[in-house]
Amino acid sequence: MVNRKWPETWQEVNPGCMVFEPGSASEYHTGTWRSQKPVWNNEKCIKCGICYIFCPEGCIHEGADGYFSADMDYCKGCGICAHECWPAAISMVEEG
Amino acid sequence: MKKANEQGHLVTDFDLYAPKLVEKEEYFSSGHRACQGCGEALAVRLMTKALGRDAVIACATGCMEIISSNYPFTAWKNPWIHVAFPNAASVGAGVEAGLKTLRRKGRIADRRIKVVSMGGDGGTADIGIQALSGAMERGHDMLYVCFDNEAYMNTGIQRSSQTPFGSSTTTAPAGKVSSGNKRWKKNMPEIMAAHGIPYVATASHSYPLDFMAKVKKAVGIEGPCYIHCYSACTTGWRIPSDSAIKVGRLALETGVFPLYEIENGAYRMTVEPPKKRRPVNDYLKLQGRFRHLTPDQIDIIQERVDEEFEKLLKKIKHS
Amino acid sequence: MSKRIGMEVSIAAAEAVALCRIDVAAVYPITPSTHIAEHLSSIVSDGKLDAEFITVESEHSAMSGIMGASAAGARAFTATGSQGVMYMHEMLPVASAMRLPVVMAIGNRAVSGPLNILNDHGDIMMERDTGWISLFAQNGQEVIDMIIQAFRIAEHKDVMLPVNVNIDGFILTHMVEAMDMPDQDEIDRFLPPFVPYATLHPDRPVSMGTFAGNDIYTEISKSKDAALINAKKTILQIWKEWEKLFGRKYEPIESYRADDAEILLLTMGSMGETAEMAIDALRAKGMSVGLLKFKLWRPFPFDELKKAVKGAKILTVIDRAISYGGPGGPLGIEVRSALYDESSRPAIFNYIIGLGGRDVTPEDFMTILKSSASQAKKKAMKERYVIYGVRES
Ligand SMILES: Cc1ncc(C[n+]2csc(CCOP(=O)(O)OP(=O)(O)O)c2C)c(N)n1
Ligand code: SF4
Ligand code: SF4
Ligand code: SF4
Ligand SMILES: [Mg+2]
Repeated sequence: MVNRKWPETWQEVNPGCMVFEPGSASEYHTGTWRSQKPVWNNEKCIKCGICYIFCPEGCIHEGADGYFSADMDYCKGCGICAHECWPAAISMVEEG
Repeated sequence: MKKANEQGHLVTDFDLYAPKLVEKEEYFSSGHRACQGCGEALAVRLMTKALGRDAVIACATGCMEIISSNYPFTAWKNPWIHVAFPNAASVGAGVEAGLKTLRRKGRIADRRIKVVSMGGDGGTADIGIQALSGAMERGHDMLYVCFDNEAYMNTGIQRSSQTPFGSSTTTAPAGKVSSGNKRWKKNMPEIMAAHGIPYVATASHSYPLDFMAKVKKAVGIEGPCYIHCYSACTTGWRIPSDSAIKVGRLALETGVFPLYEIENGAYRMTVEPPKKRRPVNDYLKLQGRFRHLTPDQIDIIQERVDEEFEKLLKKIKHS
Repeated sequence: MSKRIGMEVSIAAAEAVALCRIDVAAVYPITPSTHIAEHLSSIVSDGKLDAEFITVESEHSAMSGIMGASAAGARAFTATGSQGVMYMHEMLPVASAMRLPVVMAIGNRAVSGPLNILNDHGDIMMERDTGWISLFAQNGQEVIDMIIQAFRIAEHKDVMLPVNVNIDGFILTHMVEAMDMPDQDEIDRFLPPFVPYATLHPDRPVSMGTFAGNDIYTEISKSKDAALINAKKTILQIWKEWEKLFGRKYEPIESYRADDAEILLLTMGSMGETAEMAIDALRAKGMSVGLLKFKLWRPFPFDELKKAVKGAKILTVIDRAISYGGPGGPLGIEVRSALYDESSRPAIFNYIIGLGGRDVTPEDFMTILKSSASQAKKKAMKERYVIYGVRES
């Protein structure tokens, strides 16, 4: 009953398909879904944290300096953060 | 003091920096597979933040289950169980009974662990209402959270009893002779309140602090609690992926989805809508699901929303 | 020391559940299983058993509830039958897939329609493919024993599967019998506290019941099938141990005067005792007949079946259920299939009997056995299966 991340054979399947690594979904990178990405202009940022609280991916983090940034491995580019940032410190730009 | 931003949002100063005070830990991990800008996923994320570590979650089949638990991965950091579509409440009730006995018998640590059952509007108000009603009536120490995106989204936007009047869905589509769904939303918070449970509330991802405070309050209450959380669905509502928060805010400002709580029978508005509520059309016109509505139909909706809002105000006044 | 008791089998079943020190029961009433639930609730109400008794609003919630409780690490039980089992149906394959070792007593009853509250095996046969271990009791003693064994089997680390114990409605559930009730110390030694494989607890968060795509569903299904097949080993071990402790022997297929018999009768559940009388009567007349009783329905005891029918010329399989428009009764179908590849096998006859509580007498079995014998002689099997005793015009 080993718990492997990638069960290949039937013998490697956990009894009951239990998953013992909480939050392991983070191994799947949803960043590839993105066509636009948020770009922060910290000069306009008032460090309110609104972008952080409204991100459905929970991928916006506060840095040591109090400014916020998104983890691009997960950001799906929905644009909520840019839409909700009322000093307009975030803009959505085309990927690529 | 209130300030408007470029998009015309209203944010009170008091709330402005509050997100900084919110639990930093994420209990619903990135890498979940909800659509871009999914309001329901955001609502779930906020709920888990408010719950913190000591909660067990029983989840119904639906979008939130499918997008979060693709074996061998899980987005959940709380202990989590999914069994089927209609029974999140009874699975949660069983977990609660199990933990309670084991704690009483000293087989697990003597620590209160809140059991939370959750489902979509279909899993809650339709197929799951029997299990939910039973669990609430029996008085289990549990919280049930309904994430209401107003249709069966996981199976492709079919109508539910929570689909609003006039909304076009795949089983109640707007057509040549139909303007979409013909019925008004079944009033789930009232049905739950009629169970005489200690706490019932509505909530919305667009008011995260209000929602989280309600989850925390429910966790603190011993006994069955119910929260009905507005959860915008970008795909099913045909709204741009950046608009979930905005529609939720408009739902409040138009009176379409008021935020209130019923604590031991006493009603209280928890987020006041503007003195002069915005016309419902401001809410409807943003969403593809309502695009076909005629001005007459919009008037009918306006009338109903006003009527329901007045009823709610009366209950608040008299409690 | 066990105590000799005389009581209704349902009451004894509830006492046996209490001996297992369950933590949670969730039950919804349905005839003829209600007495089990009622008596269990009175044991809890009297403080003789420290458990949560959840009076759920449906069988669907009964099964969901005990699954939740089991996932939390509790020993959990339910009882039902007929419409109740079918109402749970959605949950049954999930319980086995999630490897939740819950135990369910089934007071077997015909399924609607038309509505009928009396015994047959139509209910459990509909749940045949849900991945549960399935035991059939033939008398009150076996009900007590199998319920206790069921928890031990279900929770065994090499098994971790739900178990149902089939108790013929009314014929067993409502019968007053003399039985040996083991005492608490004996059961505490036989059945240690439940040590779950994983539990829903924040100290070690786990996700249960995750979703699986086409890349892994096949492997998951295979692992469940293998678990059920492998469970037989453990069941046999546990039955050996039971025999040592209590002196009562359990086998997947029990035989009665069958060793040298040319004609074998195969039954399930409470019919076994009635059939014994038929065998005795026919033996007295010099007919070479014997009896096999199926105790372990799932996992299917292939080896034991092959061994048991070796040398027999005729095998008459009795079913108390019907697969409409299919090749026979469920047991008949499976026995035929299991023996198909054998180089020499008996001629197989399949009779469906006792539907919806119709009486089954020793005379019925005698008639059936004689009829199978004469058909075999003429090498003319009339039909694939016969619905015995049906009135025809
Ligand atoms: C018994 C049963 N019937 C139907 C389904 C199919 N089904 C799965 S999810 C779902 C819709 C879920 O809708 P809702 O509860 O509103 O959640 P959402 O996906 O919208 O978040 C349906 C109909 C099922 N899984 N089980
Ligand atoms: S919402 Fe805007 S202003 Fe507030 S922290 Fe984020 S980027 Fe800065
Ligand atoms: S664009 Fe969407 S997903 Fe990306 S950081 Fe902003 S809110 Fe999060
Ligand atoms: S369909 Fe709607 S609710 Fe479901 S994941 Fe997509 S946006 Fe979210
Ligand atoms: Mg929905």
